[in-house]
Amino acid sequence: MPKRWQLVAVVVGLLALPWLVDAGLGVAWVRIVGFAALYAMLALGLNIVVGYAGLLDLGYIAFFAVGAYLYALTGSPQFGLHWPLWATLPLAALLAGGAGALLGAPTLRLRGDYLAIVTLGFGEIIRIFLNNLNTPVNVTNGPQGINQIDALSLGGFSLAQPFQLGGLTVPPAYLVCYLFTGLALLVALASLRLEDSRIGRAWQAIREDPLAAAACGIDVKRYKLLAFALGASFGGVAGALFAGVQGFVSPESFSLTESIMVLCMIVLGGMGHVWGVALGALILTALPEALRALGPLQKSLLGQVWVDPSDLRMLVFGLALIGMMLLRPHGLWPRSAQ
Amino acid sequence: MRPLLSATGVSKRFGGVQALDAVDLSISPGHIHGLIGPNGAGKTSLFNVLTGLYHADTGTVQIDGRITSGVPPHEIVAAGLSRTFQNIRLFASLSVLDNVLVGAHQSGRSGVLGALLGSRAARAEQDALRERCAALLDRVGVGAHALRTASELSYGDQRRVEIARALAATPKLLALDEPAAGMNPSETDALRELLQSLRDDGLTLLLIEHDVKLVMGLCDRVTVLDFGRCIADGTPDTVRRDPRVIEAYLGSGEPHTEPAA
Repeated sequence: MPKRWQLVAVVVGLLALPWLVDAGLGVAWVRIVGFAALYAMLALGLNIVVGYAGLLDLGYIAFFAVGAYLYALTGSPQFGLHWPLWATLPLAALLAGGAGALLGAPTLRLRGDYLAIVTLGFGEIIRIFLNNLNTPVNVTNGPQGINQIDALSLGGFSLAQPFQLGGLTVPPAYLVCYLFTGLALLVALASLRLEDSRIGRAWQAIREDPLAAAACGIDVKRYKLLAFALGASFGGVAGALFAGVQGFVSPESFSLTESIMVLCMIVLGGMGHVWGVALGALILTALPEALRALGPLQKSLLGQVWVDPSDLRMLVFGLALIGMMLLRPHGLWPRSAQ
Repeated sequence: MRPLLSATGVSKRFGGVQALDAVDLSISPGHIHGLIGPNGAGKTSLFNVLTGLYHADTGTVQIDGRITSGVPPHEIVAAGLSRTFQNIRLFASLSVLDNVLVGAHQSGRSGVLGALLGSRAARAEQDALRERCAALLDRVGVGAHALRTASELSYGDQRRVEIARALAATPKLLALDEPAAGMNPSETDALRELLQSLRDDGLTLLLIEHDVKLVMGLCDRVTVLDFGRCIADGTPDTVRRDPRVIEAYLGSGEPHTEPAA
């Protein structure tokens, strides 16, 4: 029975979340929580590759881009296609997973620094590819990106319109928050199940000692490929949702900095630990927003804005990472020994 | 009787060093087969060729009638040969039980979908494997530590966990690379009993060991390597008296490994 009550508590908590956040911090923060959940999905996908299988992938954002462009191209005036979400999401997972396997295959013999450099190159290839795929046939619209992307909608209900439920009006930001936190929770659950499975243990064995893993009967190449593909497919789903909620995608959203940011979420939260990674995603999404408040704060205390908050953001971010490395080198919420 | 493992003419060269020079090895089922020789004789190189970590330059290896030279390590496990390592290679941050569960990898069938959906079949398989692996830990005498992190265990216990992990693959032939290294006399005695009981259950063992007393007392047959060549092969008694063996050991300047000890 306690398990069932846990489930009820989680559902009630998720339903109440946007209302509580809105009441406490304002509706802008409901959007931020939604984005944090989106980034948590993305980070949990990379966590499979980096945290479980121990493969340092610096080009992971490419799979986010694949998902985002799939949604953009099949749900915008670009080709006049308007595919429903239930078709786009699985397709995004499949396509990104395929791309993950394709990019993973040539790197199977590489380890550590070498793997990081090659994956970094692959990530850039995808971005540059998207940037240049406007000639001779215009597919991606090049650097201008694709706009007027269809808003996310579920079964005919657009998540960009307020939802009427009896006398209650649920604002669009809430609906997006529900969808993203719900899906993030599903992705977390999937990660936990994978972790405690034959497959997850094979990944962890490869991370700890690839040679001993092979001597235990694990087909190391096959399981590395599987990690690349599954991790990428999570990223693809997150990318499709990103395109749907932004309404606009362009290659510059998928730069190396983004790959590193997602990696930071994992490292900051606790590599290989699902809830730690989710916490890392929440902090790194919320921190820059919270630091915006430094502008008005300076104005009220010092009379004028001395330092631009957006400059301070990177400074505080850098200091936070250095402090974390010194004080909690295994992340804020590491996986404790069983 | 057909040998369980037979290696013929196995050679391996590393740069200018001929690590293995046309080595033959034949292991009969149900035997404990010893592999001894002075340091640098090529024992571990031969081990690594047999278990697929190295590919031999020439020669063939057959396990249970299946040619395994040149195939990747995981297929050699499938053919029935499991191994332990000289310098313990446990998965340090995993629990002891999870280490053994990794060893049972090929006993499982469940895939990604089974894991994601938490299917009944996948869970039943996992529970059954967990039970079997816990029993293996009890058998090697570290059942009480099943849920601890592997790196927390003492050296001797880590060696036992490695044996349990190798056993989890249900091998026909278990290859142990210096299992008694670093053990105190009482731990060595316990190891001897464990290996004997494994043989009594019908398992075949290949044992690299420096502790000559242990090898001579335990093995049904012994092969001696020196400078990458097989210099003697036979029962412990004949090998012990072989002049080439005595010369190899006395010439190595290591009185503590002298076979007459």
